[in-house]
Amino acid sequence: MNRFDYVRPSTVAEAVQALGSDPAARFIAGGTNLIDLMKYDVERPGKLIDITRLPLDKIEEREGGLRIGALVTNATLAYDARIRERYPLLADAILAGASAQLRNAASTGGNLLQRTRCYYFYDTATPCNKREPGSGCSAIGGVDRIHAILGTSDKCIATHPSDMCVALAALEAVVQVSGPQGDRSIPFAEFHRLPGDEPSKDTNLAPGEIVLAIDLPAKGFGGTHHTYLKLRDRLSYAFALVSVAAALELDGQTIRTARLALGGVAHKPWRNTDAEALLQGKPATRETFKAAADLILREAKPQATNGFKIELARRAIVRGLEQAAAGTPQSQSDKRIQ
Amino acid sequence: MTVQFSPAAGRDRFVGSAVSRVDGPAKVTGLAKYAGEFAAPDLAYGVVVSSAIAKGSIRSIDASAAEAVSGVIKVITHENRPATSDNPEDYQDAVAPPGAPFQALATDRIVFSGQPVALVVAEDFETARYAASLVRVDYGVVAPRTDLAAQAPESYDPPMKRSGIKPPPEPWGDAETAFDAAEIRVNGQYRMADEHHNPMEPHASTVVVEKDGTYTVYDKIQGVSNTHDYIASAFGLKPEQVRVLNPYLGGGFGSGLRPQYQLFLAMLAAKDLGRSVRVTLTRDQMWSFTYRSEALQTVSLGADRSGKLTALRHDAVQGTSSYEDYQEVVVNWSGVLYDCDNVKLTYSLAKLDTPTPGDMRAPGAVTGVYAIETAMDELAYATGQDPIQLRLKNYTESDPTEEKPFGSKALKECFREGAERFGWSRRNPQPRSMREGRELVGWGMATGIWESMMMQSSAHAVLTADGRLEVGNQTGDIGTGTYTILTQIAADTLGLPLDHVTTKLGDTQLAKAPVAGGSWTAASSGTAVMKACRSIAEQAFKLARGMDNSPLANADFERVVFSNGRIELAGDPAKSVALTDVLKATGTAKLEATGEAAPDKDFAKEYEAYTHSAIFVEVKIDEELGQVRCTRVVSAIAAGKILNLKTARSQILGGIVMGVGSALHEESMLDHRIGRFMNHNLGEYHVPVNADIHDIDVIFVDEEDKANPLGVKGLGEIGIVGVAAAISNAVFHATGKRIRHLPITPDKILADD
Repeated sequence: MNRFDYVRPSTVAEAVQALGSDPAARFIAGGTNLIDLMKYDVERPGKLIDITRLPLDKIEEREGGLRIGALVTNATLAYDARIRERYPLLADAILAGASAQLRNAASTGGNLLQRTRCYYFYDTATPCNKREPGSGCSAIGGVDRIHAILGTSDKCIATHPSDMCVALAALEAVVQVSGPQGDRSIPFAEFHRLPGDEPSKDTNLAPGEIVLAIDLPAKGFGGTHHTYLKLRDRLSYAFALVSVAAALELDGQTIRTARLALGGVAHKPWRNTDAEALLQGKPATRETFKAAADLILREAKPQATNGFKIELARRAIVRGLEQAAAGTPQSQSDKRIQ
Repeated sequence: MTVQFSPAAGRDRFVGSAVSRVDGPAKVTGLAKYAGEFAAPDLAYGVVVSSAIAKGSIRSIDASAAEAVSGVIKVITHENRPATSDNPEDYQDAVAPPGAPFQALATDRIVFSGQPVALVVAEDFETARYAASLVRVDYGVVAPRTDLAAQAPESYDPPMKRSGIKPPPEPWGDAETAFDAAEIRVNGQYRMADEHHNPMEPHASTVVVEKDGTYTVYDKIQGVSNTHDYIASAFGLKPEQVRVLNPYLGGGFGSGLRPQYQLFLAMLAAKDLGRSVRVTLTRDQMWSFTYRSEALQTVSLGADRSGKLTALRHDAVQGTSSYEDYQEVVVNWSGVLYDCDNVKLTYSLAKLDTPTPGDMRAPGAVTGVYAIETAMDELAYATGQDPIQLRLKNYTESDPTEEKPFGSKALKECFREGAERFGWSRRNPQPRSMREGRELVGWGMATGIWESMMMQSSAHAVLTADGRLEVGNQTGDIGTGTYTILTQIAADTLGLPLDHVTTKLGDTQLAKAPVAGGSWTAASSGTAVMKACRSIAEQAFKLARGMDNSPLANADFERVVFSNGRIELAGDPAKSVALTDVLKATGTAKLEATGEAAPDKDFAKEYEAYTHSAIFVEVKIDEELGQVRCTRVVSAIAAGKILNLKTARSQILGGIVMGVGSALHEESMLDHRIGRFMNHNLGEYHVPVNADIHDIDVIFVDEEDKANPLGVKGLGEIGIVGVAAAISNAVFHATGKRIRHLPITPDKILADD
């Protein structure tokens, strides 16, 4: 861990100013990821800007939806009565991730900005294009069991580790940011990036920008026709091999609206609107769900040892949609899969 | 089960009961201090720089940027490190395998990934850690060999055998011919994963330089004597110049048996700088020494149609390092467990460019018993026998590898009581026949076995005039409950209340005792404590008898009991005298004695000693999604006398949980291109968490054993042995799919056969 400066602004404007154009400056909120990365020398910030005093810790009503301040903790968000009632998919996804202790500390904004858990990204003894652009990708041809199957490039096969973001993608959240050029909104689908030729860039945040809030639209898929199904190597405190956020609106047995996003499979939460369109108007049957899964995974590409994730994703999509259709969302406390 | 263990002294009052840990309050309140927590006014902090490559050499090392950081005292590398002994034998610790032990910073040669290449010593930890990140190393890289399967063709019979590790017995009968001729044959290859111990407490050493130039060393070690002798010989010090302490361990599982490089480096720096130094390893550095090396195993079983074994072959190739021939007992268990006329067992090593593997809870048995007990399940299906019946059909009351009877073997009771508790009779043996909702249900079982050992140990006891007793020796309590059972034994032997007894461990100033390992501590230290206390009892009795008007004047030692702080005439408690009165009346400030315990040679001549278990497991499997849940475990244990039902149960629970990890979760993944374990943290190296663990039921069956006066056989290892086989067998029962490669992760459930 390197030595760094530390500042603690009290307004957003001061925070944005403190960040300025300094590429070595980092915001810190819960620190659940950044401090790990600093201990591993993956991040070596010259300056830490502690944003925990900014007034961004409220969940507020907004245009029929909710605005979640960037500093709302994962635990507060998951247990908020409005979220549980109106956006249960989001609550479930958060509770599927990390541990109670981490959720108590981690912030909403920080969850969006957490870095990949690729072994090689974390290990400075190995080349990594995300950590050191141009140095090469060690995961390709290496220990690649947990890596991406969709949207990879020959520069990077890392996955985005968040559970919460998978639900936010399915819910069509909007990210509110502020920066030197003022405030702007970023639709969730455009917030995270695929690795392409620049895997060092996880998101489309411009230099100097700060996440202020996440807006949830009015349509939240309350009720029971949703699920967050997370498959992993142990039943808690493990990143997803594959996860599925599914939400449906049904007319009897016919699908009126479908939302579907995957975690653990790509450099960003993976949402395929073509698959959602395919589901629309179809009967809520296993065959329909399989067709959607096939469509999503048509472009999937295995590495040496992660090919199983394609089939696992296919089955997880079908099961997730079955759970959503049946109104039996996956329980996050009893981990038994229905 | 209330066998009186010492006829002429105390009664079982605390021994055999469920006494809570005597060290529990200190641990949960933070009063218990660990090796990396001891302070000194002049303490400096060392941080290890680890090699990025697995094999090759250091071409150059640039520490100038690190040295320039304010607060850095010194950067020690192979280029500037002070000399230590040049005799490789001086680095061989008490449990070292044959070979030349690794010496940190000795040369420019790199022999494993994560090898220490520099120690940065600074005034504070943060400065040392920062400066360590500035050390630049230029390596000459050589392609490492870390793929056991690729190296197996080069495997060899280790020329020097490791002390205390029995090589495979000579074959008997003709296993090849008998296998070819057998009516029923099963033959399988079994693999596991490399596993790392990962105790909660990472390795750490604090070396305090005392004013008189001696060293007080706090080291994470399972027995301070090993650290002490290692330091004295490696650094050319007189034994009395070094005192080693380690009162508590945050788990060891075998990783603390041998002195590790952080100790060597802390000592090197302390001696060099003349000031106290602490070196603590990071969690990822816990992957840079000792691990359970997987083995490539083949088991071939031949049997007649009734299931009687006619041929048994078990071959294993296991990894070791380039510089030591680490060995463990992998295949012998198959020969010890079953009666068969034609047996051949082989064990060989393959060189890998990794650190030397080391003992990890039930070393060798976890590996070998997984293979044989899975193969036996395969044979059960091939012969149409119930797995328990098959094992009974091939049951042996004597050890075929030594042709000696077992001192005790209550394995049949384990089968009976375990099966009954589990409900085994309700099992439909047909694979895929049991289901609950979407989930397939599987029931599997296996046998566990571990050698019951005893080591030469001593213990010292002091009874003071206030009626308080202190006992102790050098061994470590690695979390097993040693403090508690020794306190119980001492209290009962002298008939004292538990809170009048203090047990001290982990200090070289105490009576000599070996490292805590091999499940031998209860038998060894327990017997030594009992003997020391019994000697005090005899002394006290003599004094009591000589007191004026002594109520015991005409008694002899065999006729008295020690109870409630008094010496009483057996059957006539009115005739008694308080121990405190004895010491007071005779003007005795204290009574003390040293007890010596050693293996009973007469017993060993006639008998073999093993603990056994029968493990029954239920799994529920969502086959479509590859999800395996281990929902129920019943483990019936035959381990002689149980000293403390609570800590004993905890030992077995811990072993079972670790067994679940071995079966379903744990895997250190090597990138063979660079010879490096890649998932080197607890987020990515998966040990079971609460959500993975459900009902666990532990049964201790009655077993009387005479290998030592206490009748104990040890519990540290037996809990884990066989668990992976039982789970793997349950997975087969649930799915009809025989997975012969641990851990059984979702991808393996999904894979096509």
